[in-house]
Amino acid sequence: MPKVTIDDITIDVPEGTTILQAARMIGGEVVPPAMCYYSKLKTSGGYCRTCIVKVEQGSAKDPRPIPKPVASCRTNVMDGMVVRNITSPEVLEARAGVVEFLLINHPLDCPICDQAGECDLQDLSYGHGDEFSRYEFKRREFEKIDIGSKVQLHMTRCILCYRCVKVADQLTDGRVHGVINRGDVSEISTYIENVIENDFSGNVIDVCPVGALTDKTFRFKSRVWYTKPVDAHRDCKHCCGEVRLWYKGDEVLRVTTRRDQFGEVKDTTTGKPGWICNECRFDKKETKDWIIEGLAHINPHSVISANHYESLKALKATVSRQLKAAPHGTKVTLGNGALDPNNQPGTQK
Amino acid sequence: MLTNRAKVVVKKELSWSERIYLPAILQGMLITFSHLFKRTPTIKYPEQKREFSPVYRGQHVLKRDESGAERCTACGLCAVSCPAEAITMDAAERKKGEEHLYREEKYARIYEINMLRCIFCGLCEEACPKEAIFLTDRIVPSSFTRGEEIFGKDKLVEPVDAPIDVSARQTNDVLEFKKNKKFYHNLTFNDRQIR
Repeated sequence: MPKVTIDDITIDVPEGTTILQAARMIGGEVVPPAMCYYSKLKTSGGYCRTCIVKVEQGSAKDPRPIPKPVASCRTNVMDGMVVRNITSPEVLEARAGVVEFLLINHPLDCPICDQAGECDLQDLSYGHGDEFSRYEFKRREFEKIDIGSKVQLHMTRCILCYRCVKVADQLTDGRVHGVINRGDVSEISTYIENVIENDFSGNVIDVCPVGALTDKTFRFKSRVWYTKPVDAHRDCKHCCGEVRLWYKGDEVLRVTTRRDQFGEVKDTTTGKPGWICNECRFDKKETKDWIIEGLAHINPHSVISANHYESLKALKATVSRQLKAAPHGTKVTLGNGALDPNNQPGTQK
Repeated sequence: MLTNRAKVVVKKELSWSERIYLPAILQGMLITFSHLFKRTPTIKYPEQKREFSPVYRGQHVLKRDESGAERCTACGLCAVSCPAEAITMDAAERKKGEEHLYREEKYARIYEINMLRCIFCGLCEEACPKEAIFLTDRIVPSSFTRGEEIFGKDKLVEPVDAPIDVSARQTNDVLEFKKNKKFYHNLTFNDRQIR
């Protein structure tokens, strides 16, 4: 098994693993961000260059470094390879440059965009980009294109990651959209305003790292951080039926796939990627259609976790502790005893 | 006794002069009378008004841009930054032909500030990415019912013919930045080019 060192952390990985996958096995901060690579979609990756890393030592046999930063999603590890990601200022500078390029034609209309709050590009530019753009020219703009009743395409926001194209190729039968034209005029489009209607076409919404493809039934309904994510499932004859519902009050505003820690679709209980069908996504928006499993875990660094108090611990109740120590020995319990000092974690009786 | 100013109350029999209370009453009247000749700390509002600081934080305004379109795009950042949770809103999509009414593709269909909850901290105007909401030097009028204190768009959006000047609340850097049409943020609908 090849041994690879990423940011001074050494790990043994199977033959044929890419640097990005090896970094994800380590986890934490050494994982390079990825905008186009999607582990559940074959042949994805290699377009956006956000995952670039520096290879200090090619392999144990040939210790010369690779002269240029490489795309970690497309480079396989070699035995004895030494990789630098966040410990290399060169990589961080190059990545800030990539972010600047990705944002050149991006309209930065986050206040309007439904993706804001769960957008990979927002996270990326916040974490890795520069504060300021040096771009002075007109950004390319498109009228929004109608590609069916359920999916909204905003070509202006697209970063041409090709993920939606891979989804259409690998999940649905008969793809009707793709990237047309070349260079700076290339755009995602259906050929002459074709309509995307397919059992699994809704998954393009979830794989889109930006707000280019969004849910039309959720359009402008609410900002994501005012909705409450809840995991639920149902028996579905098309798909796994394991989804995440986004509530506002008692109303299900939208249904999406569940996400894992890398922002990709989570594996189901059977171990397959949890893609969901359009029936689950667009037509089942009543609580009675679903069996609720419980609140979804949201990364506490995400704005969506605002006002979600899943990790809240009750403070040690000073009042009841003091009263308990009172000379009369009055027994005091508040509420259901949750505030009782003896029930607190870490208190010794 | 932390301050040494505590007085020990002694409950003793009142004397005759204390029991008729007249000296105490006269003493009190004298204090009241002497105040007639002192400078009053109050003013006769609303005829008289105090001078306000240029950054006084009073009633909010939802600004329009130079062409009269509403700037607010219902992004929800004011509501998420509001420590009193006083702001609620509901968004709607701008239709074709409404470009002169709303600056962006999305606008606030309902925008409400609960003035009973608002603490006038100004975090909403700090959070606003569209320079839509500002606190002004106007005092929020009082009312007889709680319902009247929930201000909707009818009270918050500035009238087209009577714009409210908030330039005193913006620093020179901001005003200078806004003149620069290089930044997409500063373009009005007419400036933008659709390909």
